[in-house]
Amino acid sequence: MIEFINAAADIVLLALLLASAVMILRSASPLSVVVISTIYSLTICMLFVVMDAVDVAFTEAAVGAGISGVLMLSVIKRVDEPVSRNAANENAWPSPLALLCAAGLGIMLIAGTLDMPLYGDPGAPVHQHLVSRYLFESKIEIGIPNTVTSVLASYRGYDTLGEVVVIFTAGTAVLILLAGVTQASPVSPRPGFMAAPVIRRVLLRIVPLVLLFALYVQFHGDYGPGGGFQAGVIFAAGVITWGLLSRTGTMQSIISERWTLFAMGAGVLLYGLTGIAGMFAGGQFLNYSVLAKSPTAGQHAGILMIEFGVGVTVAFTMISLFMSFNREEP
Amino acid sequence: MPDLLARVFMVAGALVVLIGALGLIRLPDFFTRLHAASVVDTLGLWLLMAGLILLSPSWVVTFKLVLILALVFVLSPLSAHVLARSALSSGLRPWYRHERTRRLRADKPKADKPQSMP
Repeated sequence: MIEFINAAADIVLLALLLASAVMILRSASPLSVVVISTIYSLTICMLFVVMDAVDVAFTEAAVGAGISGVLMLSVIKRVDEPVSRNAANENAWPSPLALLCAAGLGIMLIAGTLDMPLYGDPGAPVHQHLVSRYLFESKIEIGIPNTVTSVLASYRGYDTLGEVVVIFTAGTAVLILLAGVTQASPVSPRPGFMAAPVIRRVLLRIVPLVLLFALYVQFHGDYGPGGGFQAGVIFAAGVITWGLLSRTGTMQSIISERWTLFAMGAGVLLYGLTGIAGMFAGGQFLNYSVLAKSPTAGQHAGILMIEFGVGVTVAFTMISLFMSFNREEP
Repeated sequence: MPDLLARVFMVAGALVVLIGALGLIRLPDFFTRLHAASVVDTLGLWLLMAGLILLSPSWVVTFKLVLILALVFVLSPLSAHVLARSALSSGLRPWYRHERTRRLRADKPKADKPQSMP
């Protein structure tokens, strides 16, 4: 019975995923594409939960269904002439060559999956090599209950450093593109929307709870699902919600844009310095075991530091992007 | 006993959500559909959560469920409010059974306002 329900849930969610992908292809306005891709993210988030990948589901819910929607809507608002697909081309068939290429690629990809082990197969090569060490030894070597965090922050700390640098670089690139660009019509809601007291009052009471929850996710990442990436996005979501509720310019007058840029870099710097501290204490780059008297205590301290760095960089990248999209005309 | 009660709650909640889903498909326009989705979902989720609380193995789980309950209780009506409000402000008019009523309402936009008491 349970297997049947699980299979049914998988099929329904995958069908929903496919349907939203087709709807994205077919929809004419960028606005509906943004809305449908939010639904897509939420569906894929539920699929991750079905696969027991709660940490990933958490990230997907916060990034895909939360912040990226807001950022994309800000972009659409900024573009003066909304790009609409040509109505004449809407129902036209794609060119036969394109159709052939797509079909050929699809057939090759499906043929490729035939060689792959079954989903969840314990004999699959990926579960034979390092996974058993992560699952059985990490509680002794690293000493924290959440294996995902020990893999992400300690065993593969170097990869994660790369990810943070990627986020920092991407954020910097967008900010350089938007440098000095101001906006005549602010993204903030229309005056009529602002006047709705219910929305304002309720959300202004929710925002502190969101920020508190972000801190919980940040510092509880060793014990439960969560960590720097999720916490950073949730924190930014709280701040952005507040920014949407207040008049444009209010955010800029309270949070200095210079300081958000500084914080973006400071997070990456904290991560790198934690790695270098390991070198000075007599270990290798990003080896936290040497940071304290006992190896597990060192791992705890190191993971806490780098997760904090990740959280700061992620949160302030998002906040800087939102602020630069909403810069008021001087 | 709490087991049986939990089952009653959860079946009731599932039925309520099912009615909401039917309403979402069958009702004629955006506002009535939104009404079916939001009002019914809030109640349905409350019943489902009540069942889960009765079944919860520890106080921590109970506390988390109560927290979710409280958030949904506030945020689900709020999101429905936001949707309805922005639909109305971007020009979507509610559906009327008779075209005549719709035209009458459209001619006299003030007709919706409550009359001031004499």
